[in-house]
Amino acid sequence: MLNVAREKLASGEVKRVLGWEKGEFWYDLTPAFFETEESLNGFVYNGFSGANLSKYLIKARDWEGKTLVFLKPCDTLSFNQLLTEHRIDREKVYVVGAGCKGMLDYNKMKKLGIRKEADVTDRQAVLLGKCLACKGKTFYAFDEVIDDEEAQKPIEVEDRFNEVKKIEALSPEERFAFWRSQLSKCIRCNACRNVCPACSCVKCVFDNPNSGVASKANPDDFEENLFHIIRAFHVAGRCTDCGECSRVCPQGIPLHLLNRKFIKDIDELYGDYQAGLEPGSRAPLVNFDKNDPDPKIVMERGENA
Amino acid sequence: MQVTENKAFKPLIVAFCCNWCSYAGADLAGTSRLTYPADVKIIRVPCSCRVNPLFILRAFQRGADGVIICGCHPGDCHYTTGNYYARRRMTTLFSMLDYLGIERARTRVEWVSAAEGVKFASVMNDFVKTVTELGENVKLGDLRCKESL
Repeated sequence: MLNVAREKLASGEVKRVLGWEKGEFWYDLTPAFFETEESLNGFVYNGFSGANLSKYLIKARDWEGKTLVFLKPCDTLSFNQLLTEHRIDREKVYVVGAGCKGMLDYNKMKKLGIRKEADVTDRQAVLLGKCLACKGKTFYAFDEVIDDEEAQKPIEVEDRFNEVKKIEALSPEERFAFWRSQLSKCIRCNACRNVCPACSCVKCVFDNPNSGVASKANPDDFEENLFHIIRAFHVAGRCTDCGECSRVCPQGIPLHLLNRKFIKDIDELYGDYQAGLEPGSRAPLVNFDKNDPDPKIVMERGENA
Repeated sequence: MQVTENKAFKPLIVAFCCNWCSYAGADLAGTSRLTYPADVKIIRVPCSCRVNPLFILRAFQRGADGVIICGCHPGDCHYTTGNYYARRRMTTLFSMLDYLGIERARTRVEWVSAAEGVKFASVMNDFVKTVTELGENVKLGDLRCKESL
């Protein structure tokens, strides 16, 4: 991977490379732009390169020259979705598909006493939550792919809606208690918003001081609910289920369960849809069908359950 | 001085009515001298599609006990397709509120045309009855706003 990046940078075909570098800790890789060949020495790609780089390309759109970017299979869905929304200039990006064996969760490793990626024997046990719902190893957008056989082995996946179904099966009181216990942990760091490739508005409703929810810490449970409902609703239909929100949450709130609920509803009511699968397709919530079910269906479904 | 409290619970209902059908429907209900509870506060919007999910949550924050959205019947939208979008949006939003454990009967969408004054009154009567039975909205209210009510 490094060789490809070096070559392209040396030939001047690309102006910069977007990849990962070592962060504060060895297991904490952060996205980085590399502009010179020397700086590429800091480039790292390993089991901790979980970060989805597609969102950083929005910035690169306004810069001169091409950007080489490394995208894992699931990241290419977000990339396509951003293309659909005209947030990325395809001409200015050179996509290198990076084979992915599934990314690791350091917290899970720590519990098992594993301190090095090389020591991992059972990868399945220490995968990131988002990789447990792996969407396969297909690249949906690329100019070049660097892949190997090991990376193509599929990851064992459960039905990704299992957790959502479990919550749906609870009584309203239990659901309320569950979400209260989760959402009250929120410290409003806005990491979920900032990392989300679908959350790319220049002006965000949560930055508007008149919105009533722009403050840093949520003063009461209403704002906690409001923030998370609105955040999830804004990306409903455009969410590729990349799982970044839950990965970055410092409080460990299962935010993907909110997004997945929307995906599940949309799949059930308006037909299966995977955001980013086909660039240019219309997201379900900016589309309609004359035979859509009436909102009463929410009531009726609840009564049957 | 002794303050006496009126114990009977009166819900606060916010009704978003589209300018072209439901608002005219409400007008007709009025001119036809049909009664519906005064707990319903109508907010006129150009189209049911104008209702942003935030409006609904904001209404709950400010002390509403129920929110109802009224629009033209699907297919009759003044802007041709507005209510089709609103329909999808509200279905998914209500489903999410239900998922978070908030009583699903507090939100409703009804299609009321300009000629349906009777329907408007009966829908409002029914909705106010349902919400009164549910009682005060505590799950999605903001205490700070409650105090100022």
